[in-house]
Amino acid sequence: MKLLYFAWVRQKVGLAEEEIGLPEDVRDVAGLVAFLATRSPGHAAAFADPRQIRAAVNQDFAKPDQAVAAGDEVAFFPPVTGG
Amino acid sequence: MAGPDIRVQEAPFDLGAESAALSQGRTDIGGLASFVGLCRADDGLAALVLEHYPGMTERALEKIAAEAWARWPLTGCTVIHRVGRLVPGAPIVLVLTASAHRAAALEACAFLIDWLKTSAPFWKREEFADGRERWVEAKASDDAAAARWASGA
Repeated sequence: MKLLYFAWVRQKVGLAEEEIGLPEDVRDVAGLVAFLATRSPGHAAAFADPRQIRAAVNQDFAKPDQAVAAGDEVAFFPPVTGG
Repeated sequence: MAGPDIRVQEAPFDLGAESAALSQGRTDIGGLASFVGLCRADDGLAALVLEHYPGMTERALEKIAAEAWARWPLTGCTVIHRVGRLVPGAPIVLVLTASAHRAAALEACAFLIDWLKTSAPFWKREEFADGRERWVEAKASDDAAAARWASGA
């Protein structure tokens, strides 16, 4: 699975992107957030408050209960601030 | 007109040139509405750095513009959003909408700027003259502005 991080999520994780093997018990976006929070101190800081995190699965905005699969591109970022 | 013209770019844009390009040689446009968002110098701001998600950002803007195109009888639409480092006074975003009559052009323009603020993946980081920096936080008022279009207003 390809993971992308943007804005302060990228800064806290310390990576713009990474490839991971998806654990079998991770089935949705919320599960992935909980798993990622255990990967490193940087990940833990980035994902400490899931309410501050937004996600996209295969480049479409995704809710916490959206399913994820091994081949997906999943991105995590703060609420958007364009315009 | 084939449909909306969407661009995400570092380069500046020129409102006059874009308006002329949209209306040149056309006789079916009765009204052209525009919105230009500029970088303000709040609290000693030295620059705004805009980040985006290449691929998804363009897709999201296409989707929002397609919705405006379906909802109002538009005859032209240009959306340009800049990324990278922008100094105070610099233009950030351009929305241009053309229609036979003013109401459609004005409403579609307001819809597009309200929606792209909440539905397109861009993030702003503020850099200050004293070296501080901070990420801009999303505003509840922006969510409310976008939501009013969903209630059939």
